[in-house]
Amino acid sequence: MKPAPFDHVAPATLEEALALLVEHGENAKVLAGGQSLVPVMALRLATPAWLIDLNRIASLAGIRQLDTGELAIGALTRHAAVERSELVARANPLLASAMPWVAHTAIRNRGTVGGSLVHADPAAELPAVCLACDATLVAQSVRGRRAIAAAAFFRGMFETALGADELLVEIRFPAWPDGRRHGFIEIARRHGDFAICGIAATVERDRAGRVGDARVVAFGVVDRPVRLAAVERALAGTDGGEDALRSAAGAAADGLTPRADHHASAEYRSELLPVLARRALAQALTPRRR
Amino acid sequence: MPEPREIELTINGERRAGRCEPRTTLVDFLRETCALTGTHVGCEHGVCGACTVLLDGAPVRSCLMFAVQAAGARLTTVEGLAPPGEMNDLQRAFQEHHALQCGFCTPGILTTMTALLADNPTPTREDVRRALSGNICRCTGYEPIVQAVLDCARGRAGRAG
Repeated sequence: MKPAPFDHVAPATLEEALALLVEHGENAKVLAGGQSLVPVMALRLATPAWLIDLNRIASLAGIRQLDTGELAIGALTRHAAVERSELVARANPLLASAMPWVAHTAIRNRGTVGGSLVHADPAAELPAVCLACDATLVAQSVRGRRAIAAAAFFRGMFETALGADELLVEIRFPAWPDGRRHGFIEIARRHGDFAICGIAATVERDRAGRVGDARVVAFGVVDRPVRLAAVERALAGTDGGEDALRSAAGAAADGLTPRADHHASAEYRSELLPVLARRALAQALTPRRR
Repeated sequence: MPEPREIELTINGERRAGRCEPRTTLVDFLRETCALTGTHVGCEHGVCGACTVLLDGAPVRSCLMFAVQAAGARLTTVEGLAPPGEMNDLQRAFQEHHALQCGFCTPGILTTMTALLADNPTPTREDVRRALSGNICRCTGYEPIVQAVLDCARGRAGRAG
């Protein structure tokens, strides 16, 4: 189908975009990469009167490392740029390893990091990575700027903490400590589809080799990415060996009520959780880096 | 109704201009305004890959861009891969390997594979399969397509060597 008629405006500056957002309010949608918005418009699930196109605002795209060691990614940065970035590979290997799982090349060439996060599909990779890394999402409006923790940003299926007048402008990932390891895995019907279930994990060990801080995030399972606290607790303090890992991963479905849809039943997702948690942790804990 | 817009862009090396509504997708603009019907419109929501074109050399879905967004861009469509009436080596490899049956998906696959070979002139079978994963073909079972791309890459490497 074809999108319903709308008017298109492409401001040259962030300030103009923010003013337009106030002016048009609920009648407008923000166009970044369009890889989720345009299908939704083609299916007439969204029929905005205005599209505020951010693509002329060059300052919204870019990848840089701050003096603090944080990795800062502009909201309009395309997936392909993140995927190919040597800085990202160094400064956040979990994010780098998640990128090839995001849809397909042609989608990654247009789709943006900010667009994916704001769309907040519960089966998307980047929200899970942000949650695992305690990323900060920087929002801006005519009222000013504020930082939102990833844990508070994702509110439910396609729902975020962003106000109607706010734009996501930047994502900041805390510095990646030496020795932190990661794992990333997902199951989908076809490579590039949204995940039926996926796991993003990071693990740190202390000097004695015991597991310290562990982050295990599941996506595709409930209405938003979710930390598997029972797995994290069970893993902490262990030697991170195969037995410890298997035992900890066994708690992956604890306290969760997985959703069911036309891709998979709730039972299937419950079965996938411990298996994928174990595999992701095995990636993180195997002696040699992949 | 929103006013139609005038846009200018470069398609297959040629300057083109045309009018479009803001809601006109790039693929509809190519087919209906520019009469470049080689790019096919399939699912119209970004899943099938039939409408893939090269935007500044990179494959993108032309059903997921509005024509107004392509103002000033440099596009290559399947018509731009070889001079009119001719085929390039990739297209000949597709013919030799029967890498198409109905042909509906072929323009999108040719543009996608053109970008792959530009980026990675010596792809492995796995590289080709990965790059192809966003293009749906309902006829061939993909094997002949993978073969054709690998054969084309070998041919180019042979000529270069």
